[in-house]
Amino acid sequence: MHIIENGNVAAALGVKLAGAQVIAAYPITPQTPLTEKLAEFIEAGEMRAQYIPVESEHSALAACIAASSTGARAFTATSANGLLYMHEQIHWAAGARLPIVMCVVNRAVGAPWCIWNDHQDSISQRDTGWIQMYACDHQQIIDGVLKAFALAEATSIPVMLCYDGYLLSHTYMPFEVPDEGKVGRFLKPFKPPYALDPANPANLNTVTLPDVRMDVLGEMAHGYMEIRYLLQEDLRAALSVGQEIEDEFASIFGRGGNALVEPYRCDDADYVVVGMGSLTYQLRDVVEALRDEGHKIGVLGIRLYRPFPDQAVAEALGAVRGVFVIEKALSYGYEGALCSDLKAALYEHLVKGGGNGGPAEDGRDRGQPAFVKGLVAGIGGRDIRTLDLTDALRAGMAATAGGGAKGAPAEERPDWIGIKL
Amino acid sequence: MMGTREYRYKTSHSLPGPGDGGRTGSWRVQRPVINTELCTPCKRGAEACFICWLYCPDCVISRTVPPVIDYEYCKGCAICAEECPTKAITMVDETDSHEGDEASSARADEAAPPSACADEGPRPCT
Ligand code: SF4
Ligand code: SF4
Repeated sequence: MHIIENGNVAAALGVKLAGAQVIAAYPITPQTPLTEKLAEFIEAGEMRAQYIPVESEHSALAACIAASSTGARAFTATSANGLLYMHEQIHWAAGARLPIVMCVVNRAVGAPWCIWNDHQDSISQRDTGWIQMYACDHQQIIDGVLKAFALAEATSIPVMLCYDGYLLSHTYMPFEVPDEGKVGRFLKPFKPPYALDPANPANLNTVTLPDVRMDVLGEMAHGYMEIRYLLQEDLRAALSVGQEIEDEFASIFGRGGNALVEPYRCDDADYVVVGMGSLTYQLRDVVEALRDEGHKIGVLGIRLYRPFPDQAVAEALGAVRGVFVIEKALSYGYEGALCSDLKAALYEHLVKGGGNGGPAEDGRDRGQPAFVKGLVAGIGGRDIRTLDLTDALRAGMAATAGGGAKGAPAEERPDWIGIKL
Repeated sequence: MMGTREYRYKTSHSLPGPGDGGRTGSWRVQRPVINTELCTPCKRGAEACFICWLYCPDCVISRTVPPVIDYEYCKGCAICAEECPTKAITMVDETDSHEGDEASSARADEAAPPSACADEGPRPCT
């Protein structure tokens, strides 16, 4: 069924289709309409789930952790400071390997108080051991919720599905609501590998010693380090599991394709601009405008940010002259986290590996990009004007043109797009 | 989807019982000593009370007459002493505890097995 609705409703419909059994959430702008919608579904008897009204986001995730431990499919959602208030439980859910799904409706973090969109909230949860997906439109939100549950349950790792506050959460777009029968084929009922059972008591995540130890059965049990190592291994493996799930989804629903990155006009590109979320679709217009001027430029959208698709990123960027990374977040004191991650991937796969591009047809050695330039935009919901993006990228390319492969962007080019200082 | 065995392998997941947290007896600064003259099952010569057995977080007190504490794993938290309704359990400094405790609970290094299955090593709570 094709409908026109806002992004929060798309998420709520996805959660309903996924058959989430426990929802614990605390309202926060711009996530509120999502949780209200879920409460409405349950109240109206359209959804058989327990809605647990909690007194805080920390409690919301704690309730989901408990529910997931009993074998229920659990969902929560939050934004900004609410997400940060959950932080301790976010680490816990990952370490406990519970397949909880959470929508993060991206919003700036105070201080100063700000309810508008950027990515600082979810980026600051990058290192918690959760899988992070970023949606670019409403179709990716509703489909993403289903894929998130499939991925979480396949890997026993919780998943955050992040989408832009207001830009997606409150705007109306047409999208396809997945058919219930097909959803049943795609997402099987959750069979937990272990569920709390009073008849078979167990200790879950009690004090775990630095070293391995003999457990009560006389078997060697892991120390903390082994458990964390296995989480990291499984997160890395989630790159291929995520792609398998994407392929399965595409074969059933006929849409989707690349779970990791979404390239647009990158095949012959000299320059690629990289971003996450709805910005990457806006950048398609920018790329079209610049292509009309004769610039060979493309967009690479990062769909899965954790685990980081380093190989896919390096493959997509191995033959380009320059890379621009536009982010709505910063690792304060350095640069955008995506920019650092991307540079590490290029170093790992291209510099250390000697490059994978080789000389291009025009004879230019394209073993690796000559530069990676980080840009910041839309912090605290500052309007990202297509014109400003076009100007910034045009200036960035001009600064390197004729400078040979090693040309670096001029320093005067704005690093913060749209800053009024 | 992960199986139960694999899940247990990848998480901190264990069965409750003495020794699950390692040889926690070495943590102890004070040891609980049971006064059999005050302990209800001892006085009655019958199974009774066992509140200490119920509350011990490390499952190291046996449900026997008299209750016996496994000092290999007793971490000295004093919960048993706090909960005992007849105040039969006293926490004694480890440095002072070598004398006089034979009357109540045996010392770990020369202890009689704290329960019938002690020879089999650590075991789940029953
Ligand atoms: S709680 Fe006190 S009285 Fe009861 S069995 Fe234990 S030591 Fe004896
Ligand atoms: S002090 Fe008492 S409650 Fe604590 S571990 Fe030892 S026997 Fe158990």
